[in-house]
Amino acid sequence: MQYIKNLRQYGILIAFVAICLTLSYISPQFLTVSNWSIIFTQVSINALLAFGVTFVIITGGIDLSIGSVVAVSGVVAALLARNDNYPVIVPILGGLSVGLLFGALNGFLITKSKIAPFIVTLGIMTIGRGLALIISKGRPISNLSESFNFIGGGDIAGIPFPIIILFIVFIICSIVLKKTIFGRYVYAVGGNEQASWASGISVNQVKIAVYSLCGLLAGLAGILLTSRITTGQPNAGASFELDAIAAAVIGGSSTSGGVGSIQGTLFGVILIGVLNNGLDLLNVSSYYQQVVMGVIIIGAVLLDSWNQKIKD
Amino acid sequence: MSQKPILEVQNLCKSFSGIRVLDNITFNLEKGEVHALMGENGAGKSTFMKILMGLLTPDSGEIILDGERIECSNVHEMLKKGISMIHQEILMVPELTVAQNIFLGKELHRFSWLDENTIYKKTRELLKTLNVNIDAKAKMKHLSIADKQMVEIAKAISNNAKIIIMDEPTSALSDKEVSTLFNIIKDLKNKGVAIIYISHKMDEIYQISDRITVLRDGQYIATKAASNLPIKDLISMMVGREIEDIFPETEHQTGKTIIKVENLSQKGKFENINFEVKSGEVLGIAGLVGAGRTEVARAIAGLDEFEEGEILIADEKVKVQSPKNAMKLGIGYVSEDRKALGFIPHLSVKQNISLSSLPSLSNKWFISDEKESALANSMKNNLKIKASGINQKLMYLSGGNQQKVVIAKVLASSPQIIILDEPTRGIDIGAKFEIYKLINELKSKGLAIILISSELPEIFGMSDRILVLSKGKQTALLTKHEATQEKVMQYAVH
Repeated sequence: MQYIKNLRQYGILIAFVAICLTLSYISPQFLTVSNWSIIFTQVSINALLAFGVTFVIITGGIDLSIGSVVAVSGVVAALLARNDNYPVIVPILGGLSVGLLFGALNGFLITKSKIAPFIVTLGIMTIGRGLALIISKGRPISNLSESFNFIGGGDIAGIPFPIIILFIVFIICSIVLKKTIFGRYVYAVGGNEQASWASGISVNQVKIAVYSLCGLLAGLAGILLTSRITTGQPNAGASFELDAIAAAVIGGSSTSGGVGSIQGTLFGVILIGVLNNGLDLLNVSSYYQQVVMGVIIIGAVLLDSWNQKIKD
Repeated sequence: MSQKPILEVQNLCKSFSGIRVLDNITFNLEKGEVHALMGENGAGKSTFMKILMGLLTPDSGEIILDGERIECSNVHEMLKKGISMIHQEILMVPELTVAQNIFLGKELHRFSWLDENTIYKKTRELLKTLNVNIDAKAKMKHLSIADKQMVEIAKAISNNAKIIIMDEPTSALSDKEVSTLFNIIKDLKNKGVAIIYISHKMDEIYQISDRITVLRDGQYIATKAASNLPIKDLISMMVGREIEDIFPETEHQTGKTIIKVENLSQKGKFENINFEVKSGEVLGIAGLVGAGRTEVARAIAGLDEFEEGEILIADEKVKVQSPKNAMKLGIGYVSEDRKALGFIPHLSVKQNISLSSLPSLSNKWFISDEKESALANSMKNNLKIKASGINQKLMYLSGGNQQKVVIAKVLASSPQIIILDEPTRGIDIGAKFEIYKLINELKSKGLAIILISSELPEIFGMSDRILVLSKGKQTALLTKHEATQEKVMQYAVH
């Protein structure tokens, strides 16, 4: 119950159930285990990004750079995973470090220069894309080791590995946000930065940590994507940040800060995934899918603000 | 006052999710009168005013404005009909000029071009009739709070307001500015403008108002001529019981010096501030707005830097570089600006109270819900915080209860020194009384307390010694017995 309450939006939940019912009526494929396995595998990358960006959005910030970070860390991981040169842990740590580094850089620039997060991460987005192209010389990197390709393509006891990663990260992120001091500070900083500072919270440290975490998860998403498509693609991840932000917003995060939850974001991620999957099953052209997605984003926020108004 | 009232309200009712907030309110307002609306927080004053502003629609009842019955309305319509409000929090665009703000929403134009010259000319005329000296071309953000308020009043007048609602208009004004405001109110009265005046400050109410209407728990209690209503009766009408003594006396002994401030200076803000506060002592800091009281407090609490001077705690020199640092040294600060620096609106009572002491309520990184709830519950009981529970969000609490939560948060970090900057600003008399009792309790527990207040009765009622500041300089440090109202005022304008 608490979970549903946290979403603050019964409306969107009802819409979700209605969509699922309609889809299962029209397409018998929809409600099968294998189809849901596909949906969750497909959304795993967006989920990792969306969890990270949820932390950022709750502090009242934004991170536009994550799509590019996916590309850079993916390219770096691919270079390290080529031709069985190193054990698989090396490309993994390489990709994660690149993500962490970019995130920390975002955090430092935002806290030290006092430039708006939108601008800083926009700049880093462009820089990241450029670096991905420079490092890869603009070409895809293939011939990755088998063990590396397992991350995105393998399975354990029939469960695709990306889904396992998704749920581990989901549980860790939920606990961090709800149960730890750091999580509480994230909400406090987003709710009232000045008051948090006056209450003895190191606001800058919290922000740097949040952007670093977001970068780290983008790095993980980069590894996952590279492994899934078995190639390091410098052009990968374009506009991924927008899907991630959309998922967080649909899940009840407020871009003015202080409000949001990992559970809500997961719901947003699944909603987007189901919609794309369902529209695919119905052979709806991807052009129309984009229009539908836009309507859903605005509709979710509208419903949310109506709910708030009724509450007040 | 035999003519027809400008505003008549009959049997006004309003409920929120089944709870009656206004129950059969009756109210009438004559032309050219100042009518005080009194009541504790939660009495229904602001709901009532929101209805008059057109922000809320009543469930039933009649509003007759200038002989005309008003149906369901909106803000623009009410503005057009002549009801304006001067808000407690000023609603202006900081980057625009004074004149642009006054004409916001009703810009003058020639064809499609903004007619800025006429706007400035008209604004200057308007400000002149109000006898205030404000540059029409100044940006709003550069104005003092007092001047911003004058601009709000000018804006109301430019809307041809027949009724002006003033909600705590003096909460940020110095005495001199208050008297300017009162002169303007008298002028408005003579012009036939009716004023609904909301304030928690008793002396002002009696100074300015003709009649007083009291609301309590959403109900209309009475309307009386101010000259016929002794303050004691007014208070008991508001709280529904008698309050014996507003400032409770306690026996106590002061102990060792806890904090000592030596030659504290910061260019442009304050210079050469010297004082000490002992265990179990209240040092009151008096002065006009702009005297540097809050600036000194902020420097001691680590919110601002200072250039020169020393702070000693238990005879040891300390460095306070941040609020975090100050709290580690045992300095707790309750800011005058509750909204900006006090609490997190989206977090609950519990989460706000624990905010400054989470490490001690946690097992490693994880917050212990048990310890956190225990702290919140005990604070809620001790400070009599009125909330539906410790999980209620702070944004839904009244100002007085928000303030208690902020104090609880500071107390939870177990300070030895607590700085209370305008702790009772904008809160009702019942909650004020409780905060005074709390200050005495903290005294008896041996805390060193610094109390900053613009209300002299509060300073006199609570302090053992009084430090007076004027234009950033320390002009007097008086004991309770030496101090008189006149003396303090003299030193304050020194």
